[in-house]
Amino acid sequence: MPRGAGLMDMNQYLEVFIEESKEHLQACNEQLLELEKNPEDFTIVNEIFRSAHTLKGMSATMGYEDLAKLTHQMENVLDAIRNHKIKFNPEILDVVFLAVDDLEAMVQSIAEGGDGKRDVSDVVEKLLLIEKGENPSQTSAKSEVAATIADPVQKNIKSVYDEFELTVLQQSKEQGFETYEITVSLREDCLLKAARVFMVFEILEKVGEVIKSTPSVEQLEEEQFDREFTVTVISKEIKDDIQKKVMKVSEVDSVEVNLLTMEDLRQSENEPIEDKLPNNVHIPEKEIQENSESKKLEEKKAATSSSSSKQSSKTIRVNIDRLDILMNLFEELVIDRGRLEQISRDLNNQELHETVERMTRVSGDLQNIILNMRMVPVETVFNRFPRMVRQLARDLNKQINLEIIGAETELDRTVIDEIGDPLVHLIRNALDHGIETPEIRKANGKSEEGTVILKAYHSGNHVFIEIEDDGAGISREKVLAKAIKNGIVTEQSAASMSDKQVFELILASGFSTAEKISDVSGRGVGLDVVKSTIESLGGSITIDSTHGNGSIFSIQLPLTLSIISVMLTEIQKEKYAIPLSSIIETAIVKKSDILNAHNQRVIDFRGKVVPLLFLKEIFDVPVFEEEDEFYSVVIVRKGDKMAGLVVDSFIGQQEVVLKSLGNYLTNVFAISGATILGDGQVALIVDCNALIK
Amino acid sequence: MTEAIASEIKLIVFQLNTKEYAIPVNQVRSIEKVEHITRVPHTDKFVKGVLNLRGVITPIIDLRSRFGLEESSYSDSTRVIIVGLNELEVGFIVDLANDVIDIPVNSIEPPPEVVGVKEAEYINGVAKVGKRLLILIDLEKILKIEERSSLQGIEG
Repeated sequence: MPRGAGLMDMNQYLEVFIEESKEHLQACNEQLLELEKNPEDFTIVNEIFRSAHTLKGMSATMGYEDLAKLTHQMENVLDAIRNHKIKFNPEILDVVFLAVDDLEAMVQSIAEGGDGKRDVSDVVEKLLLIEKGENPSQTSAKSEVAATIADPVQKNIKSVYDEFELTVLQQSKEQGFETYEITVSLREDCLLKAARVFMVFEILEKVGEVIKSTPSVEQLEEEQFDREFTVTVISKEIKDDIQKKVMKVSEVDSVEVNLLTMEDLRQSENEPIEDKLPNNVHIPEKEIQENSESKKLEEKKAATSSSSSKQSSKTIRVNIDRLDILMNLFEELVIDRGRLEQISRDLNNQELHETVERMTRVSGDLQNIILNMRMVPVETVFNRFPRMVRQLARDLNKQINLEIIGAETELDRTVIDEIGDPLVHLIRNALDHGIETPEIRKANGKSEEGTVILKAYHSGNHVFIEIEDDGAGISREKVLAKAIKNGIVTEQSAASMSDKQVFELILASGFSTAEKISDVSGRGVGLDVVKSTIESLGGSITIDSTHGNGSIFSIQLPLTLSIISVMLTEIQKEKYAIPLSSIIETAIVKKSDILNAHNQRVIDFRGKVVPLLFLKEIFDVPVFEEEDEFYSVVIVRKGDKMAGLVVDSFIGQQEVVLKSLGNYLTNVFAISGATILGDGQVALIVDCNALIK
Repeated sequence: MTEAIASEIKLIVFQLNTKEYAIPVNQVRSIEKVEHITRVPHTDKFVKGVLNLRGVITPIIDLRSRFGLEESSYSDSTRVIIVGLNELEVGFIVDLANDVIDIPVNSIEPPPEVVGVKEAEYINGVAKVGKRLLILIDLEKILKIEERSSLQGIEG
């Protein structure tokens, strides 16, 4: 369907708007949690203020009034906090969290194609009460200032200053410099915007010192602005002179110079500045330092505040669908590559050989790049948990500290998409059933605050995610009693089960050991869903627990789902692929070296007794040829257990595209999927985890 | 147009054991020659395995075996009819697939009640076209029953 260019543009902005709004809201969430821990730290309030401020500007530009209205009110409260007008307390934080929730809901609604409208009057009123309850006379003036500062549609954009910049301004004032905010507007037909900017800056640097520019200098250099920019300058010259000098630059439409008084500045920042700095410092020295520092801050700010203009960093946003299409196309290529390799082997033509080899190398590199492109840090999943844990802890009247380790660990995005819900479940479980109430913890000699550690790390071809709590642990007796009651195990078999096996029973369907069913995690459905989701991703979950000291739920996930390395083997006339990730090594074993133990054929492999599994029998392969004196054995492992898979011969190692058997053939025993070989035939992929019990 | 559909139906006709069967054309995705089929262990006897259908792994069912008829070896005329139902895509091995016909909907009669014949469970109705008797197969039943039994297998 053809679309008008205008609409396309708007859609493009919308996408950026949604993405960035989400980022800002996430930043708000994180910083609010940080603030709760350090209520005295006003730099955090500043951070939140900035995010809220940018969000307000963006939503006003995009015409989302409710969004702008709510952020505006939130901003006022934050402003009052950082100006010591109201004292910060947890109740205020709750309301601000509520506001952020509403904002998230609105952004979500916009992302889903809605209009982003929502009744926010309730929260707005609460925010107003907070704001007014403490200091009604000053806040009204404040909000007006905030409004002029924030509204990007208005012509006279004023910059927001951070502490360092304000200190510089304050001190230069004492030295007899005036502060000017100069808004330069270029002509609409201006072609060399960056050049004009440079010329303006050159002039301004002659008359004084440039303290700040909005947008940042980098953005101006890359012409990432519309027509207008604002520069803050300290100078001893008078206003009109500066204006005239700047007007001399060609293609400048208008220049507006505003003298800023300290009162103007204090209204946007009311820190007791003198207290913070030693008074007897020379300004020139100080300035150098501060300039570099303020520059740093400016960069940081640019990272959070670029609303209409994009980052100057070298990244682009790519729609995930496009990456999926790329991946699918590449999979096709891998299949054809396999076919070409086969043809080249058959034809035995030197030139063809070389070309195919080159192509294989190049496509190998390409594969690495594509797979890497699809890697996403688990942070994208983890970052919603601090909020969730905070809320849950309050609901449950427990004190919980969530530690996140290794959030930068990367996983394929298909895995990322699926892993969120299981993790939510496990964390809820840890909070609800794991961590005890403060009273019980105290009585048991633990600190009142429980700790939940969420940890992600790479190991080999896998990523591990662990959820560890220092709570009550799992009671073997309770689990067994329940399992026997529910008919999951019999009493006889229960006695011989290892602790680990018992703990894993809680992953069986319909299992809930909480004595009191709460609405947090005791909803009947539960951990069995977690288990099946993880297994469907080709992963596994194990539980370790010490009664009284806590539990660890450990999830093992494959790095990527679509292309894997396998050892291709032949059994009679059939071909089976064994994932390299499970293989320890291959061996040729003489028939006479096979021992018998309890009706189980085993071999002695490097001093260990390894049971043999004859795939020919397991897979009922039709026999055409007699077996010879030697067995080809693939030694595979699952955790610390090993097994030897007996095949007829090894074909070789190969990269293959993992495909499912489709919806019709689900849950085929010991087969995890299939792949298409170079000759177009299908080979089945052996699921080693199912074979080793 | 809806009227035309209501009054006439287009059918793909295929043969099993010299009898003629039919399936609505909108359920058929394509008709293929038999290529290399990879056997999948531990599946029902009538599931012959999977084949590579232009990059998609497609399960193959031998319809003779599914209907409890005697299996025969594949010849040059043996075809795989790829059918699609909702999310499922499955291939049926048939002896011969060589005809597409339009028949009036009202010529379809309910299946004759025969007790004890497995085939009868999967029949939607029969249609008489001239001297030919076409047996309309019920895709949903052929595929759905399998789903249920495999689910039971997991639970058990």
